[in-house]
Amino acid sequence: MVNVMNVWKHYGTKPVVDDVSISIPKGKITTFIGPNGAGKSTLLSMISRLITKDDGEVRIENQEIGHWKTEELSKKISILKQSNHIHLRLTVRELISFGRFPYSRGRLTEEDEDKIEQALEFVALQDMQDKYLDQLSGGQRQRAYIAMVIAQDTEYVLLDEPLNNLDMNHSVQVMKTLSRLVRELGKTVVLVVHDINFASCYSDYIVAMKEGRIVEEGSTEKMIEPEVLNSIYDMDIDIHTINNQKICVYFQ
Amino acid sequence: MIFMKTRYTLLALTLLSFLSLFVGVSELSVPDLFRLTPEQKEILVISRLPRLTSILIAGASISICGLIMQQLTRNKFVSPTTAGTFDSARLGVLISLLVFTSASPLVKIGVAFIFALLGTFLFMQILERIQFKDTIFIPLVGLMFGNIISSISTFFALKYDLVQNMSSWLHGDFSMIMEGRFEMLYLSIPLLALAFFYANQFTLAGMGEDFAKNLGLNYTQVVNIGLAIVAMITASVVLTVGMIPFLGLIVPNIVTYYYGDHLKKSLVQTAIFGAGFVLICDIIGRVIIFPYEISISLTMGVIGSGIFIYLLMRRRRSYAI
Repeated sequence: MVNVMNVWKHYGTKPVVDDVSISIPKGKITTFIGPNGAGKSTLLSMISRLITKDDGEVRIENQEIGHWKTEELSKKISILKQSNHIHLRLTVRELISFGRFPYSRGRLTEEDEDKIEQALEFVALQDMQDKYLDQLSGGQRQRAYIAMVIAQDTEYVLLDEPLNNLDMNHSVQVMKTLSRLVRELGKTVVLVVHDINFASCYSDYIVAMKEGRIVEEGSTEKMIEPEVLNSIYDMDIDIHTINNQKICVYFQ
Repeated sequence: MIFMKTRYTLLALTLLSFLSLFVGVSELSVPDLFRLTPEQKEILVISRLPRLTSILIAGASISICGLIMQQLTRNKFVSPTTAGTFDSARLGVLISLLVFTSASPLVKIGVAFIFALLGTFLFMQILERIQFKDTIFIPLVGLMFGNIISSISTFFALKYDLVQNMSSWLHGDFSMIMEGRFEMLYLSIPLLALAFFYANQFTLAGMGEDFAKNLGLNYTQVVNIGLAIVAMITASVVLTVGMIPFLGLIVPNIVTYYYGDHLKKSLVQTAIFGAGFVLICDIIGRVIIFPYEISISLTMGVIGSGIFIYLLMRRRRSYAI
């Protein structure tokens, strides 16, 4: 269980995350939505100890993240940031192998090799494994990063805007992969998504943030409602049910 | 395909090393090896072999320093020459001469190490504060930074009459290498072994702080270890051979172009290519105005800066900025 309790983060005097508390349900896809600058990414970074929090507690399996050994924590929770610009020329397989670093510190065992193979298979990149990352398309690259996190084999997988810069086809591929992570491998996936319809179609639980605070949270069914969305985005959003999925129309 | 196997590059380097033993003013040819006169034997043991050894060690280790720096700073144009490391080490040697008048080699290398480390850290701090993160802008800042430090050295050297002393570390030169004068270079060997041990961690750190932290790496510690290795190697090379400009910049760039950036794959090749490159430059310097010699810093400076400019231009083209 991931429990966030009264967490704060300031940049200068301005609070970007303002007294946030939340419990993230296990074995589900939880999506953070909200306007730019709402503090979603900052919160994710604090949960995964990439940045320090100014106040409050983040507990993973009832232990404060500060008390976790960083190597142990990296077998429990992983995060992929929106700007994963790796400047290094690495092959897909090399990248995924680094996902095993918390376990083997670089000296791969047979079990590591198996996990790498499984991760490659899971994102369907076996044929691409010896290609350099800069030779891949945006969607393939994103899948390679996700495969690294799969090889890292953590219970909690956090992704900060994984659909950034991807076209529709690639976005769907990535979301399907994430949803299989939950259904087939039993992981808990937490992500930040800007496209409200992706949030609607793929999440189990939605958390809406605005100006550093959580304004609303609940099941997707409860959250994708005109009044709720209006309070988050300050605009009128029509919701239609198409093929049993709630689709938001907000283009005009 | 230009991708070469390690055993071929190693074989080529061995052949080249062997040949280099027979380049020089004193007569010594391959058949002589089987009937060496006492003088020839002396030449071989006192001059030619130490020279070869120091070329191989200095070439390999400075290239690897460049490779490590490029990964840790995530910039292809950072190297001991373009981050002020060489210049800082030189200032350190000068200070050690001024403060401890008859400094032992160990004191000198110690002070040079500390200065090289501080200088490189200072450059890293500047790097973090630079808003304008043009890949090409950063090595230029580094060169300027190095020149500022270098001018401080020159000032003190002039004031205390040490200019002649100084110039011997300014210009990398293998012609002065003799038995008993280069052994400090051996310090690099355990450091290179350490670099191999940390290869995975350096690559991981090169993927960025967020990636490294996510995978449970102690990022700051690994960066510090890398920079300490670089500073120590640079200090030992400055004291024995002198500055070898551009070596740490061009060799890693060429090697990683073909072998990728995973240090596990590129470290050995960088060492071999670095040693080979210095050896070739040294042989050119030895034969071009035979029986005189051109110092390595001059040959390397000319060839190296040419390649550096080519790399810059290529970068400009392929990464429209």
